[in-house]
Amino acid sequence: MKPVKSAQQKNRSMVRTLILSCVLMFGFGFALVPLYDVFCRITGLNGKVLNTGPNAPTGSDKNRTIRVQMIAVNNESMPWEFRALSPMVTVYPGESKQAAYLAHNPTSEKMVAQAIPSVSPSEAAQYLHKVNCFCFDRQPLDSLETREMPLLFVIDPELPTYISTITLSYTLFDITSTKAAESDLLSKSAQPNSTGRNTL
Amino acid sequence: MNTMAKVEHTEHHGPAAGLTRWLYTTNHKDIGTLYLWFSFAMFLTGGCMALMIRAELFQPGLQLIQPEFFNQMTTMHGLIMVFGAVMPAFVGLANWMLPMMVGAPDMALPRMNNWSFWILPFAFAMMLSTLFMEGGAPNFGWTFYAPLSTTYAPPSVTYFIFAVHMMGISSIMGAINIIATILNMRAPGMTMMKLPLFVWTWLITAFLLIAVMPVLAGVVTMMLMDIHFGTSFFNAAGGGDPVLFQHIFWFFGHPEVYIMILPAFGIVSEIIPTFARKRLFGYSSMVYATSSIAFLSFIVWVHHMFTVGLPLMGELFFMYATMLIAVPTGVKVFNWVATMFRGSMTFETPMLFAIAFVVLFTIGGFSGLMLAIAPADFQYHDTYFVVAHFHYVLVPGAVFAIMAGVYYWLPKWTGHYYPETMGKVHFWCSFIGVNLTFFPMHFIGLAGMPRRIPDYALQFADFNMVASIGAFIFGFSQLIFLVLIIKTIRGGSPATSEVWDEPHGLEWTIPSPAPYHTFSTPPEVK
Repeated sequence: MKPVKSAQQKNRSMVRTLILSCVLMFGFGFALVPLYDVFCRITGLNGKVLNTGPNAPTGSDKNRTIRVQMIAVNNESMPWEFRALSPMVTVYPGESKQAAYLAHNPTSEKMVAQAIPSVSPSEAAQYLHKVNCFCFDRQPLDSLETREMPLLFVIDPELPTYISTITLSYTLFDITSTKAAESDLLSKSAQPNSTGRNTL
Repeated sequence: MNTMAKVEHTEHHGPAAGLTRWLYTTNHKDIGTLYLWFSFAMFLTGGCMALMIRAELFQPGLQLIQPEFFNQMTTMHGLIMVFGAVMPAFVGLANWMLPMMVGAPDMALPRMNNWSFWILPFAFAMMLSTLFMEGGAPNFGWTFYAPLSTTYAPPSVTYFIFAVHMMGISSIMGAINIIATILNMRAPGMTMMKLPLFVWTWLITAFLLIAVMPVLAGVVTMMLMDIHFGTSFFNAAGGGDPVLFQHIFWFFGHPEVYIMILPAFGIVSEIIPTFARKRLFGYSSMVYATSSIAFLSFIVWVHHMFTVGLPLMGELFFMYATMLIAVPTGVKVFNWVATMFRGSMTFETPMLFAIAFVVLFTIGGFSGLMLAIAPADFQYHDTYFVVAHFHYVLVPGAVFAIMAGVYYWLPKWTGHYYPETMGKVHFWCSFIGVNLTFFPMHFIGLAGMPRRIPDYALQFADFNMVASIGAFIFGFSQLIFLVLIIKTIRGGSPATSEVWDEPHGLEWTIPSPAPYHTFSTPPEVK
């Protein structure tokens, strides 16, 4: 029967189109991962801080002060003692400020950690420029070693005036068992190894 | 037998005998039946899990099950009801009814149809087998948020991931089949704007499935890679982001809730005109409203995650976009009411379920509007208010519509009228049970009782007890439904080909029970 045959052809091409759309949507799911990162970077949402060193602004605004609260969080089973040296600093926008976190490895093993920053409110993230940060690098600590981990930042004078307090939170992750930490564990010295990201 | 003149009746081509009939069948009616029985079995399985949850919550304190097992029950209950009961039931109804409604001899791709059904029992066998594994079944909630479902998941999560993959493949194949059937297999003269609304809503649902099931497959694949291949899609220590999981999940998850309700809209739009003895009010506005709901479903997903820390603009956008959905939904509700207005209504069981659907779904819609208000959502988030909301739209919403559809078409499928009194008893038990179960949850939710917790503070005790009693009434009244269906298949007063009082649609032009092959020569649609 002639009409049946043409219906079959129509069905076949439709199935092809629909399967192709499924494959595309499967790809779209994965494309959401970089899209999400780019979106967060452009808008500064989600407290992701990526601005570093060279593009830090100059000239400070002495008309207002910003309180920067520093929070330290240990991820899941991370046994290190980890805290900010001073929990809050007050800065002028545009002024470089040095702060530090204190980390102590109480275990009998050498361990490697990585700190992940997050800024709240998230609108402030794009105005917080880090000139230098211990979070750029993996941090190896020998057994029972204590180290002060420095942080140098500037707050952009463009920061909206309704923001007067910024909370900077670091979460410390244990990455000893990961591949990237192998070189840190092998090296005798406890000097932090650069991960190739921007440091001064 | 009352055979219409224009129907070709081909008895020489009946079903094969024995078990192989069901294994190898490519007949849309057989596959529809398989889907419906499978979904009913899953409905009872998921229902037993719900009753276990409600039994534990009957009183404060831990009596019957441990918190770990309680979490497995909430997770499996959700997954089984969503993917095993509601979705396959709609696909089963689509298989049975779509070819008969558009005047096609069968689905467009009968072999794929067989395959898409037979994947399901294996997927759910795999999913249910996790209950007996070391470390227990998935316990991270049906939304399986990372890192609960990755870093902290029981080892059985891998089986869960593959089960979801298989269900996804099954749904996608079903959707492809439905789209091809509706677009290519319509009888001459059956233009798009003459399609019954059940067909229209399923067409739109199938497109939603094509668009979002692959995204679900993608997100579980990412979980699989995070767990076994050392990637960090959702692991903050490796530069990933757990919030990303929620975005991708709800990009699938929100259209998914419309996948579970749009076909229900279609069923109700078939039933109400029949028992109001009027044409459906505002047919084309129904079509456009359904399409708008489907479109809007893609731009509201973030309202499930108002509390993750969004910028104000984000909260506002998703709040208003969500509220916008109330407009097309309102159009539909008013159209159903207008259809009933001044109709010569009778209240047979399908109509009772359909009216209950309109009323109770609207209650669920309104609590949805309350949840859409971003500032208020911070109070409601993850409380029993949310549980009340989505159970109102899914149980007296989707499930009642499925039951209405089964009662409505059962005489067409079996050739017998179902026992009307028994149907009404089933309806009233279900209606009372459902409201007793889920209405008090609004109150305990507003008072702050969190969901997915096996124990609760003393002040929630009374409402929880009421809810548990209601759940047992609702659960056990489904056995009436089971007995009724078996009785109707076995016998009963013979149904005419029209079954009801002058219903519209091609399915009522063929004899009851519908012969194994229908519309081998396409009917003329005027």
